[in-house]
Amino acid sequence: MDKQNIPYSVQIKALGLKFGEHKVLEDLNLDIHQGEFLVLLGSSGCGKSTLLNCIAGLLEISEGQLWIQGKNVTWLEPSERGIGMVFQSYALYPQMTVRGNLSFGLKNAKVPPAEIKKRIERAAEILQIQALLERKPAALSGGQRQRVAIGRALVRDVDVFLFDEPLSNLDAKLRTDLRVEIKRLHQQLQNTMIYVTHDQIEAMTLADRIAIMRGGKIMQLAAPAEIYNRPKNLYVADFIGSPSMNFIEGELQNGVFHSPAFTLNLQDYAFITSPSSGQKVVLGLRPEHILSGTQAATASQQITARIDLVEPMGSDTLVYAQVQGQKLRVRMDGQAQVTAGEMLSLGLQPERASVFDRSSEQRL
Amino acid sequence: MHAETLEPHGPKPKRHFSRTNIMLYGTLLLISIYYLMPLWVMVMTSLKGMPEVRLGHIFAPPIEVTFEPWVKAWSQACTGINCDGLSRGFWNSVQILIPSAVLSIMVASVNGYALANWKFKGSEVFFTILMLGAFIPYQIMIYPIVILLRELGLYGGLSGLVLVHTIFGMPILTLLFRNYFAGIPEELFKAARVDGAGFWRIYFRVLLPMSLPIFVVAIILQTTGIWNDFLFGVIYTKPDLYPMTVQLNNIVNSVQGVKEYNVNMAATLLTGAVPLLIYLVSGKLFVRGIAAGAVKG
Ligand SMILES: Nc1ncnc2c1ncn2[C@@H]1O[C@H](COP(=O)(O)OP(=O)(O)O)[C@@H](O)[C@H]1O
Ligand SMILES: [Mg+2]
Repeated sequence: MDKQNIPYSVQIKALGLKFGEHKVLEDLNLDIHQGEFLVLLGSSGCGKSTLLNCIAGLLEISEGQLWIQGKNVTWLEPSERGIGMVFQSYALYPQMTVRGNLSFGLKNAKVPPAEIKKRIERAAEILQIQALLERKPAALSGGQRQRVAIGRALVRDVDVFLFDEPLSNLDAKLRTDLRVEIKRLHQQLQNTMIYVTHDQIEAMTLADRIAIMRGGKIMQLAAPAEIYNRPKNLYVADFIGSPSMNFIEGELQNGVFHSPAFTLNLQDYAFITSPSSGQKVVLGLRPEHILSGTQAATASQQITARIDLVEPMGSDTLVYAQVQGQKLRVRMDGQAQVTAGEMLSLGLQPERASVFDRSSEQRL
Repeated sequence: MHAETLEPHGPKPKRHFSRTNIMLYGTLLLISIYYLMPLWVMVMTSLKGMPEVRLGHIFAPPIEVTFEPWVKAWSQACTGINCDGLSRGFWNSVQILIPSAVLSIMVASVNGYALANWKFKGSEVFFTILMLGAFIPYQIMIYPIVILLRELGLYGGLSGLVLVHTIFGMPILTLLFRNYFAGIPEELFKAARVDGAGFWRIYFRVLLPMSLPIFVVAIILQTTGIWNDFLFGVIYTKPDLYPMTVQLNNIVNSVQGVKEYNVNMAATLLTGAVPLLIYLVSGKLFVRGIAAGAVKG
């Protein structure tokens, strides 16, 4: 899909937000395309919910502008912005039935009863909650409650869906199921969706683009694959991927990485900026990009490591190894037969590595 | 099957008269007797005729049960200038209680809601001032309020007293409601705003239906407080309009004639009946409301 020609759905322009003197967001710019699934990802307290509440109009912004569907909505009430919101705690009205919950917003907007009925039926069908319409929220399971909460946004026929960690209160199994359902819903509706989470799996699986946030700033905004393969800075590299990337400190000399443990020729690495000789850098290697076993030989360069600890996880095996005192995490095949104390031959792939400047922490 | 097994299995056998149980129930029994004894004496005395009262056996049940003292207390006892019993005071108290309780609870719940959910510039300061109001001894405000009511033309009437009760109930009730509403998840309130509900719609459609327990607490607080009030009643109304408590005092403390203990006891029981009834009817909800609203900051 060529994003260039798609109009913007949500535009955030130089947005700033203060709680008293405490600046949570500052000069934040973000353009979200029509029909895009954008995920705001970051650790707790980085300002994701705050940003989402600003978009929704639940927090009054201190600076900047907000545009939704080509309209400046900076001073509009939440209900006038064409957004629907789904919360972590579901936030269903406890004394109303599911039908009451779904119709509340429509009644407030003075939608005629026949139309309300029609829209509730449609939403109930999409979300498979027809049988629950006359129940109170207390009589629903967590997954059903969250589906009703999504329905509340669905019936209002909004342009933009906002989700604030909608799956965080569910258990692991349900979380996976509902995640798939949300993705399916997006494919079906083709609405713009902005989704806040601290869970990188949710972000990677759902997003068209991910915005990784830290301290109220966007560290990288890109498609999941780009973020995974070419993290723009050390923070993103460390944040994405589980187990996280190996970082090895060293120095560049004539396109060769030197560290006390090993050297690695980086002639296959695509530098963004040509490095100077003697530059202090950090080399990043993902555990799953370090080859082992028979594949090790196919890599361009090999090293030998001693195994410290093995964690078999079924689908794959995580190995904690050491090369000359340098610790490395390596992800191996689940069937690999390895034990602690053995020596292991590993293959390094410079073309899949990441190199960062040590002082600026930016990708080179 | 019935052979005694030494191995523990199944439910642990309960010992009904363990030492702790005897201690516990013994203490509870003693305390109950201590509190029920005066009530017993009052009820028994109120059912005796005067000759029997004079015998002085205060704990003994009546030999001859009579409801004469109750009738006299309700409709004939002299309270200062009138001799139509407590009934006049009862209806005065009802006329004071209902508007005061309704008005104060309505205003305070909206106050508490606004303070909890619609924080405005200075709302914290406003709340602090309101709370300070709760700690000022109200005796120092008695005279200024007399002047205020006189200027408003409400002095000596029931509506003036209603106004006083409403204002004095405000700090504690607002605190009660604010804490309760602050305990309701903020996301619920946000969801309602996204759904296009305004200040009043959120209050009436979303918050009120889930606030029954705290309203019961407020009703109990106000009913007992206003019904038991003596000071404001005697100061801000005139004899025709005295509330029940003031009339009770006038009956019990009247200096003319013999002391009719049986009538006094009946009158006291009648006056205390309303708060007692409220407690009995709403006991369970009261406990639930206290637990839900009063603990959370
Ligand atoms: N109402 C508030 N008053 C003051 N500070 C707040 C308020 N809400 C959030 N913050 C602060 O703003 C920052 C971002 O919070 P939030 O957006 O909730 O983070 P998260 O990314 O976990 O959703 C945090 O440091 C938090 O302490
Ligand atoms: Mg959050």
